[in-house]
Amino acid sequence: MSNLKKVLEIGKFAVTAECGPPKGADPEFVLKKAKFLKDKVDAVNVTDNQTAIVRMSSLAACCLLKAGGFDPVLQMVVRDRNRIALQSDILGASALGIRNVLCLSGDHQIFGNQPQAMGVFDLDSIQFVQVVKAMRDNGTILGGDALNMPPDIFIGAAANPFADPFEFRVVRLSKKIMAGADFIQTQCIYNLKRFETWINMARDKGLTEKAFILGGVTPLKSPGMAKYMKNKVSGMDVPDEVIKRMEGVPRDKQREEGIRICVETIERLKEMSGVKGVHIMAIEWEEVVGEIVERAGLLPRPVV
Amino acid sequence: MITAEQKSIDEIREMIVPYKRILALGCGSCVAECAAGGEKETAMLASALRMAGKMNGEDVGISEKTIDRQCVKEFVIQLDDVIDQYDAILSLGCGAGVQAIADMYPEVPVIPALNTEFMGETKDQGYWVESCIGCGDCMLYYFGGVCPLTRCSKQLLNGPCGGSMDGKCEVNPEVLCAWQLIIDRLTNFGALDRLEMIYPPKDWSKKQGAGPRKIIREDQQGSIS
Repeated sequence: MSNLKKVLEIGKFAVTAECGPPKGADPEFVLKKAKFLKDKVDAVNVTDNQTAIVRMSSLAACCLLKAGGFDPVLQMVVRDRNRIALQSDILGASALGIRNVLCLSGDHQIFGNQPQAMGVFDLDSIQFVQVVKAMRDNGTILGGDALNMPPDIFIGAAANPFADPFEFRVVRLSKKIMAGADFIQTQCIYNLKRFETWINMARDKGLTEKAFILGGVTPLKSPGMAKYMKNKVSGMDVPDEVIKRMEGVPRDKQREEGIRICVETIERLKEMSGVKGVHIMAIEWEEVVGEIVERAGLLPRPVV
Repeated sequence: MITAEQKSIDEIREMIVPYKRILALGCGSCVAECAAGGEKETAMLASALRMAGKMNGEDVGISEKTIDRQCVKEFVIQLDDVIDQYDAILSLGCGAGVQAIADMYPEVPVIPALNTEFMGETKDQGYWVESCIGCGDCMLYYFGGVCPLTRCSKQLLNGPCGGSMDGKCEVNPEVLCAWQLIIDRLTNFGALDRLEMIYPPKDWSKKQGAGPRKIIREDQQGSIS
């Protein structure tokens, strides 16, 4: 059974982190990165060719992590696979002992190193959640054919409280939960005020009782990174005061400031009603996750 | 309409190398509207090819003709009387036109002079934009007259994704977010509740079935004179 599910169901504030597979076939690379996360998090998300750059498959990296004693969260994007391949991979993942799946649209292929690729988008992320739920709960695939063994999957979806149109963001969250999402991981939070408005709206609609919502955080390494995220990454909201804070410290203290902002954000999330955990996306900086979790008072992780 | 753009003169010249007597054949419909393959463009292309041929000392005869619709047999048969005079047809029709001619004259090489682009609308002079992918099962009612399959970069039926910002798509700031448009339109006429349901996976067999799609209407077959 999913460790993440167990932690959430006993009411503990969950911690997940992200681990990006390598641009190569080296299994050691995955385990080396993951070593920093050992006993620091409840589950490890493995990205699926993020930013549309070809990497080791998420499913393969999840298996390596599973064998290394982690509870992997298989991220799956609908960009690269049609409904036949997606459903087949869900069955395969379950057979291999993967117990968490995060269903995503995926970054558009134009951003990556294969801009000439055909974007599949046969299903959208919400339909994909619905399909996985029907496979698990009804034991059927799209079209109604029965499975001889349903997959055992804790179903996740993403939410971005910072994209537009804001009023529609909670409607979309509600559609994802209606489709069958058991847990939600959000886009990186820097604008806590806007996040709080969103979570309050979700709570008013009863959504925080229907799915476990984990707030996303990404520690900043530099003011340049903050500005890049603000200006170049669509759907990211990095307020000016965060950039100013990063700029206000000497260069050799910037990473520490980034960690501090991240820890403070987690402290705030822990207090927010409706937030059931945190998802730490330390981009190419996995080694800092343990420190963040510790400083946020989230160690030791529960053994369930 | 079907939109198209002319291929480069170099690419066209490469394809016509083996032929001496060529008919540049324009089409008076969609590709005339989008200024790619009408009578005027056919005359311009023919003269450019003649000039290039002359400069290179080639002995190539290029004639020109424009018919109303290359994609309709009734119009294509106008070529019956002249087709024997040519080694090849250089078609300035869309992909449908090229293939209709190839189908009519199995012995004659047909060379495409255009790249067929999309089904779209004329926004302004010299500005065309794609607006329909021909999915075979129109859903524009539900989405307030904005097609997410055509206009959303991820073809989401349950959008918008997390990349919608200030009404723009994450893919390119020049692309409007189709889902912002859908939400705005439905809000304007009080039909936003259409987005509360989850739209099921699209039936792509209506677009991409087995082989080319066909429409067969017996009621129309009887009326062809």
